[in-house]
Amino acid sequence: MEISYRDMITVLHGMGFGVLFMLAFSGAIGVIYATTVVGPQWPRSQWDNAMFRFYLISMAALAWLATISGAYIIYPWYRAVPPAGTTDLSAYPRALLLSSPRTAGWHDIGMEWKEHIAWFTPIAMTMVAYVFIKYGPRLALHRQMRNAVLGFTAVAFFSTAVAGLFGAFLNKYAPVRGGPDIVLMQEK
Amino acid sequence: MSAEHQPIGLPTGPGAAAILAAGIGSLALGVFSFAGDAVPAINRAFIFWQPSGALSGVTITAIVIWLVSWFGLSRRWAGRDVALGTVNVAAFVMLVVALLLTFPPFMDLLQEI
Repeated sequence: MEISYRDMITVLHGMGFGVLFMLAFSGAIGVIYATTVVGPQWPRSQWDNAMFRFYLISMAALAWLATISGAYIIYPWYRAVPPAGTTDLSAYPRALLLSSPRTAGWHDIGMEWKEHIAWFTPIAMTMVAYVFIKYGPRLALHRQMRNAVLGFTAVAFFSTAVAGLFGAFLNKYAPVRGGPDIVLMQEK
Repeated sequence: MSAEHQPIGLPTGPGAAAILAAGIGSLALGVFSFAGDAVPAINRAFIFWQPSGALSGVTITAIVIWLVSWFGLSRRWAGRDVALGTVNVAAFVMLVVALLLTFPPFMDLLQEI
């Protein structure tokens, strides 16, 4: 069982950083919302508060890792220009998609939107983590600040969902492959 | 002074600075994405790193603007209570405009006008 180096980095970008980040959303919204309902006595202990700070910092870190790896490692592979006369475009995903009107939209809309919208997420989540660390349980006392934090968290979720959805489809129609093969498991 | 503006332990200034700066950074990202798409010369100017093309310049410049605005607003609003309602409206308007400016069909529509 083998996987190419580029496939592995793409999986790490999407399934590692991206999906972990998406899975963490419900927890973040739940605890931020809990401060709305319960008030400043939530989180109940310093330990809970510290754990949630760590949780939000981890989310922001995952968002940065996903966007930076996407834009500066995988995107250059995706947009590589094939040499003149190349007929097999499988190693050039962007050129492969644009070679047919049936798939060009995946680049023109999918990748063009994904490559930019994804960057809203780390900006938003860094702000959310900072505000929660700065104010902690006292955030419950600042209703408007809490609303802004929840709003930006929701936008970060939407941005990640768009980027993730198009990422999955793009990888289906024009996967980023290449580099040395990595053997994951040897058959007997 | 409304209840929202009254200091409750910590002034609202640092939080407001972070929220507004996130809006400014997002808007910068949207405007640069659109400008790079609409004007070939701007697109070329944003190529900070050839392998990633204009995306490198768009994202790096937007992040610098976000961090610089955050730093400036934090210094200006440190220890102060700021009207969060106005800050929230401004931040979310910028965020919505930014989201629209990154959406390719909307970019194309604007370029046709």
